[in-house]
Amino acid sequence: MDAFLLQFLNGLDKGGAYALIALGLTLAFGTLGIVNFAHGALFMLGAFVAVSVNKLLTLEKVVLDPTRKTPWGEPVEIRTPYVETWLGDFGRFLVDWSVPVSIIAVIPVMLLIGVVMERGLIRHFYRRPHADQILVTFGLAIVLQEIVKHFFGANPIPQSAPAMFAGSADVGALFGLPPGTLVYPWWRLIYFLFAALVIAIVFAFLQFTTWGMVVRAGMRDRETVGLLGINIRRRFTTVFGIAAIVAGLAGAMYTPILPPDYHMGMEFLVLSFVVVVVGGMGSLPGAVLAGFLLGVLQSFSSMTEVKAILPGIDQIIIYLIAVIVLLTRPRGLLGRKGVMED
Amino acid sequence: MFGKTARQDWIFLAIFAAFVLSMPVTLAPIGAGYPDLLQKFAIYGLFAIGFNILFGLTGYLSFGHAAFLGVGSYAAVWVFKLLTVNAVPAVIFAVLVAGLFAAAIGYVSLRRAGIYFSILTLAFAQMSYNLAYSVLTPLTNGETGLQVQLLAQGPVTDYINQDVRILDQWLGVKEVGVPSPSLFGIEMSGWPGFYFAAVMLIAGMFIAQRIFRSSFGMMLRAIKSNQTRLNYTGVNPRPYLLAAFVISGMYAGLAGALLAVIDPLAGAERMQWTASGEVVLMTILGGVGTLLGPFLGAALIKYAENIFSAINEKILHATFAWLPDGLQNAVVEIAGLFVGKGWHLTLGLLFMLIVIFLPGGLMEGFERLMRLFRRRGGAHAEREG
Repeated sequence: MDAFLLQFLNGLDKGGAYALIALGLTLAFGTLGIVNFAHGALFMLGAFVAVSVNKLLTLEKVVLDPTRKTPWGEPVEIRTPYVETWLGDFGRFLVDWSVPVSIIAVIPVMLLIGVVMERGLIRHFYRRPHADQILVTFGLAIVLQEIVKHFFGANPIPQSAPAMFAGSADVGALFGLPPGTLVYPWWRLIYFLFAALVIAIVFAFLQFTTWGMVVRAGMRDRETVGLLGINIRRRFTTVFGIAAIVAGLAGAMYTPILPPDYHMGMEFLVLSFVVVVVGGMGSLPGAVLAGFLLGVLQSFSSMTEVKAILPGIDQIIIYLIAVIVLLTRPRGLLGRKGVMED
Repeated sequence: MFGKTARQDWIFLAIFAAFVLSMPVTLAPIGAGYPDLLQKFAIYGLFAIGFNILFGLTGYLSFGHAAFLGVGSYAAVWVFKLLTVNAVPAVIFAVLVAGLFAAAIGYVSLRRAGIYFSILTLAFAQMSYNLAYSVLTPLTNGETGLQVQLLAQGPVTDYINQDVRILDQWLGVKEVGVPSPSLFGIEMSGWPGFYFAAVMLIAGMFIAQRIFRSSFGMMLRAIKSNQTRLNYTGVNPRPYLLAAFVISGMYAGLAGALLAVIDPLAGAERMQWTASGEVVLMTILGGVGTLLGPFLGAALIKYAENIFSAINEKILHATFAWLPDGLQNAVVEIAGLFVGKGWHLTLGLLFMLIVIFLPGGLMEGFERLMRLFRRRGGAHAEREG
């Protein structure tokens, strides 16, 4: 029972990442009709914004202390981050909380990147075939990756969660199990909650604001909305920016779980595309549902009991599910009729 | 360039064959005249030509073609291990196995079109890749990769590390150390390896040309241009699609087998989706749906990979030595981004530029140039006349 619960929790945080990326992909697809292979790169860029924020915050001032000597006879170097000298305790807090703090930087940076990407490149591909869109964004993803690789190197850069969340939560106690039987890292729980929160905000935004209503109407029938005198294109550009933000946030908050490297985006992208297709192209709830579903199924399939019956199942489960879903429900789990059927 | 008559087709093929066979001489001035690189030209050219039969003619974009390449490599190495180091049985067996594998995957994937087809093929390729690394280790030797080993002495317990080569033993072929693949005694590395691959490439080009010109090829083009209309005329496109899928899978299998012939080591990374992406890129770069384009694209990418990744800072400094010092450093700094380890950046940019400005690839570029010249020539003639 507790092994089962543990795997379920494991699936939730991974599923959260899938769901967030798939949500952004679906937003871009549902509004602009763009199949964006560079979306994984946006996830990666978000993670590296967090890395940069951390680097900025930990810029150190080096002071040589001549009174104390190292065993090699040289003066001891005292390193203090600038923020600590300037802000004292608050500075120390900022350094510790650099990952959540980076959200403040991620939002504007990703919005900018998203809007520039849409205005500069993707706009010219609305009327081109999907194959062309896939190819040009694939090229863009390679370019973004290589730029990041040039500046940050090829090795993963570990980030740490705030000290407060460094340990593990005794989740089992909540379910009435004896203490210590089911412990789970705090940060992964936080990540799941964060993913749920972001998803809720995006949905609420689309569901309960006039702005969101217009966007939804545009997804249904952009021509009619255009005839009503609304500049739907500009809104769709903003939606693309929002999709970029969601991907960036997903990446930034994921850094303590998976040390970011320049090609992390591609790995997630392939899976997220499968998630989108399983959920149904163009369906936002489908993307979220499929994200969590596949995340949880993936972690169940890596249980030793399951692997004993079906060896290797953990390696292929997501793709296997995709094949089954596509063959039995061509539109995915919650896909609408008439989307991507030509 | 592309004749419509049979005569022109033969001329094209003859010129192509002459060019391919003379590559060691003609490409020497641009620094490509050595076997390792030319082998890659031929092998990836074949891979791309085969991919183009599916993507170029039917418009079905497969994102999992590298799986067939990988399967071909594994099949060929197994033949080397179990039967003989002669290349011919290995190539034939690899093509057959890749064809069967493609038939199975194609049968399922072709039930969907468009992006769903791409995702299905991607899913199958990723499954093959992941399984090759994990459960199928007894067949693939996992991360180490499958390779030709010493002959077994005594009873065989472990077929991965002990080879039997029944056919060679039966024929009484003597082996010293680990043998390398050969063609009736000619060792298949270096130049002989290139010529073997080149002959296969020419044969592959010939078959592709026949397909392009046949009524079967016409049917595939019809599927690309309007499948609904084809349905209404009472044609079921699925068998044609499956045939195209299997044929292009066999080309990939052949390319994989040739890779194994030249260097008998098969690893799973050949099946990864980045490898599938590479062949798409080659085809697009050269020109989708053209005969010559995919080969040109493959050759150009392999050439660029080789040249760009070999350039280092020293060479750059030497190249820009005529610039003033400060400027020189700046130029070298910027150019350094695109070469050496950063050559993927060049690749990505090239990719984007081609898709944005030249969707028809290099072949379209040539055609535009030709048209430009012809128009200018025409104007001249008018003025003179």
